[in-house]
Amino acid sequence: MKKEEAKERKKYLSNKEKIWRRYKKHKLGMIGGTIVILLLILSIFAPFFSPYDYRKPDYEGAYMPPQPLNFIDEEGDFSITPFTYGVEQGMDPETWARTFEINPDQKYRLQFFVEGWEYELFGIFESNIHLFGVEEGGTFHLFGTDKLGRDILSRIIFGSRISIFIAFFGSLLSAVVGSLIGGISGYFSGKVDLLIQRVIEMFQLFPQLPLMMALSAAIPTTWPPILIFIGIVVVLSLIQWTFLAREIRAIVLSYREQEFVKAAQALGANHLYTILKHVIPNCFSHIIVVMTLTIPRLILAESTLSYLGLGIQPPMVSWGVLLQEASNIQTIGQHPWIMIPGAFIFFTVLSINFFGDGVRDALDPKSN
Amino acid sequence: MNKLNQEALVEVKNLKTYFYTEEGVVKAVDGVDYEIYPGETLGVVGESGCGKSVTSLSIMRLVESPPGRIEAGEINFGGRDLTKIPEKEMRKIRGNDISMIFQEPMTSLNPVYTVGDQIMEAIMLHKIVDRKEARRQAIDMLQKVGIPLPEQRVDEYPHQLSGGMRQRVMIAMALSCDPQLLIADEPTTALDVTIQAQILELMNSLKESYGMAIMMITHDLGVIAEVSDRVAVMYAGKVVEYTDVDTLFEDPKHPYTWGLMNSIPKLDKDVDRLEAIPGSVPSPLNFPEGCKFNTRCPLAEGKCFEEEPPLEEAAAGHKVRCWRYEDLEEIKKRGERIYEDRGVQK
Amino acid sequence: MISYIIRRSLLAIPMLLLVSLIAFFILTLPPGDYMTSYQNQLTSQAGLTTAEAEEMANEMRQKYGLDKPFLVQYYNWIKNIVTKGDFGYSFFYSKSVSAVIWSRMGYTLLIAGLCHFISVFAGVFIGIFSATHKYSFADYTFTVLAFLGVSIPAFFLALFMMYIFSFELGMGVGGLFSDEYIMAPWSIAKVWDLIKHLWLPVIIVGFAGTARNMRVMRSNLLDVLGLQYIQTAKAKGLKNKTVIYKHAVKNAIKPIVMSMGSALPFLITGEMITSIVLDLPTTGPAFYNALVNQDMYLAGSFLMMIAVILVIGNLLADIALAWVDPRVRYN
Repeated sequence: MKKEEAKERKKYLSNKEKIWRRYKKHKLGMIGGTIVILLLILSIFAPFFSPYDYRKPDYEGAYMPPQPLNFIDEEGDFSITPFTYGVEQGMDPETWARTFEINPDQKYRLQFFVEGWEYELFGIFESNIHLFGVEEGGTFHLFGTDKLGRDILSRIIFGSRISIFIAFFGSLLSAVVGSLIGGISGYFSGKVDLLIQRVIEMFQLFPQLPLMMALSAAIPTTWPPILIFIGIVVVLSLIQWTFLAREIRAIVLSYREQEFVKAAQALGANHLYTILKHVIPNCFSHIIVVMTLTIPRLILAESTLSYLGLGIQPPMVSWGVLLQEASNIQTIGQHPWIMIPGAFIFFTVLSINFFGDGVRDALDPKSN
Repeated sequence: MNKLNQEALVEVKNLKTYFYTEEGVVKAVDGVDYEIYPGETLGVVGESGCGKSVTSLSIMRLVESPPGRIEAGEINFGGRDLTKIPEKEMRKIRGNDISMIFQEPMTSLNPVYTVGDQIMEAIMLHKIVDRKEARRQAIDMLQKVGIPLPEQRVDEYPHQLSGGMRQRVMIAMALSCDPQLLIADEPTTALDVTIQAQILELMNSLKESYGMAIMMITHDLGVIAEVSDRVAVMYAGKVVEYTDVDTLFEDPKHPYTWGLMNSIPKLDKDVDRLEAIPGSVPSPLNFPEGCKFNTRCPLAEGKCFEEEPPLEEAAAGHKVRCWRYEDLEEIKKRGERIYEDRGVQK
Repeated sequence: MISYIIRRSLLAIPMLLLVSLIAFFILTLPPGDYMTSYQNQLTSQAGLTTAEAEEMANEMRQKYGLDKPFLVQYYNWIKNIVTKGDFGYSFFYSKSVSAVIWSRMGYTLLIAGLCHFISVFAGVFIGIFSATHKYSFADYTFTVLAFLGVSIPAFFLALFMMYIFSFELGMGVGGLFSDEYIMAPWSIAKVWDLIKHLWLPVIIVGFAGTARNMRVMRSNLLDVLGLQYIQTAKAKGLKNKTVIYKHAVKNAIKPIVMSMGSALPFLITGEMITSIVLDLPTTGPAFYNALVNQDMYLAGSFLMMIAVILVIGNLLADIALAWVDPRVRYN
């Protein structure tokens, strides 16, 4: 009874406003959404946020442990501007392993909008300003460095570009392909429909991961990085398109039933046009819902493939590629910070999942 | 006490059931009084949202809590106040002394158990019998509700039966333990008109043979006319008129009842236009001050906007909740229409 | 019902053939073949000249028929499978494919099977608990954990757990057996050793599955609890527990039963990554090696096998569903 009253009130809000209100109620969804936006900004303006050039090796500084920002120095003095200590290399006399000693006398303060390595943004802007860095002479590797001395934070930031956008394009491609095929299947019905149904069934017979691995293995590692990128996008989308295909097919079928009677009197062109006019807006929410589910899955898939060496190849960087270094238990044990990209994958996927949950709830509230 | 000087079977006194939602407190039932006497049918009629279902759920203590709660009032049955007894005791009453059937026969039965299983479940829960005996009784019930070939049907699944038959099964299940009161919440609304008539007739005849009382909740005046002995008209969580069925139809005293009566076409009256009550039920989150009907009542004035009228006895056995029911009498005597001529005053 | 099963099984056969054809095709896509890497091996490790290595590689090619056109190779492969049960030869492992897969399939199924049971039972019960204690602290905790389970990459979880247990807790992990038991005959001690090593991969692989099942069960149960027949059951005077377990759960569990068919291959692939990371003697690492080295008979047979398991799994799920939901039976 109370639901009916509430529904009456809601009638007076436009559809879009309703969706927005419902989304805002979902706290986790809001948090996830905010983080997603921040991540997008981070990846788009990657060079600005990266204190170091992610490609430049520094053999001297290989496998430096993470440097924290300090507010209180050795003598207990507090300074508002945080700083890092100077780091000196040494060698352990017994194991011959490289060690990094902190030199508390050398303090390098954190600065904002510093000048650093040069970069080009979108191929148009040239700049060398970075969001943060430390004073001249000091180093600030928040997450340490890898085996070639490259700053891991910078590599993670640049890696986000590939990881996120590959998943996005893969998702988009599978959505487009899936919708088209599903639409065609539903619209033409009959033999075409049956055939496509069989194809979809067959695709679903394949186990996803092994198929992805096999298809990625088919991409020659000698191809230029951009082609590999496209290849991986195609592979990823090939796995996911069947979901949307079935849904879109169902939607088109249901509309086709309704229009069919009218079509007997109308022209053929009108028939198709009316179906499209009704179907496309309806499909929109479905497509968005499915994409919020497939994008995180594809991020996981791409990182798994790249970790196994079947996906993105260096020097192109994705989070999975970064984790290739973490394949050896000994390496991880000595330099555990190389696992940090994995935490980023997890964090990103989690945020997108929260965001997706909020979006799905807003578009189609179910009892939760 | 009723005309036969019997004690009431169920006595609802000042029942208040509120729902505490995110958007505010919904006073679904806000001070409702009525009695159900043994062997009679009390019709409870009103628009959707008036609280009629919630009163019956309150009697059964099936109100979802949270967010609902029986805030105040008494429900006296068998010498006990149902709002106060422990849940364990209440379970003994449900399905046993008081049974309930619901509106949607298509979804009221569990699809994964046979019809017989579900009836037997009720029997074995409240009576001390073994499975064989329970099955025999279940088949017996199916026959009593008019289902042909009950020995076959008892092993069938709900999806194999039509809507009308499913409702019969529901009735069989509800009556299987010989209850004193059957609460029927819109039992025929989802059925075809012809099936409706059959089900109502079935309920009437079973009432006779079982000697039980029925609380018939509906928005359909035709059903009220067909089966009720007495009627309670509800609006916005309160009873606004309370009398026997003949008097209700011949001499409605509340403007709302009057509006309901005159908004349906009748065979014996020749009217040019039907009177329709303008506006709609106010949101329970936002009830007006004073009489809850004042947003739509053409007679509302002065006091109607300040103070809520009490349910008082306008004539013997006829209670009304209205400040101006005497004025309505006058208007009726003059043969005027109130909804067209007067319009709605603010 | 029987006819339905037979019909479906028969339909599956041409599908599987098509699947095998496509799988085989995909595997031959990368340029070169196993002999290419063999040739490289010969020059780099065995010290042969390029010409000599090439000659040897070509000899091997001819011997194993790798120089024949694709369709001929495929035909021979299928013919051998159907007539002799011979799945081909694994160049990488220098054994027949059957030998490689057989020895490892056992452990794969063991791990996958265990994870399957655990993730269904744990997922269902936690889901029921969550739904009946909606919005409680425990419910929120489980929901967050469920999100975690779905969001964490399996290989990373495996890596991370390996790190924690090896370095922070000082326990040995990796492999299914301690060194002394690998070649030893079966005994109680060996079984115990196996269990000591098994629990980590089972937890890792089962985590995601449990998380998924828990979310599905919770959501389904909440949906079912809002349905009319639940109110009918309560109105009969049944105890709340009875209403939930007898009436609600039996309906809510249907989608999980349906998904059990696809759960097994899902678990096998989940197990694949974990076993690659933890270096377990299961089919996962074998498949990976086969892919990287273009060991096509091994890789192709593996893909086929998974597809077959999928079909069987779906069939079993259909049967289970018909058992649980009588509406399907009478169709």
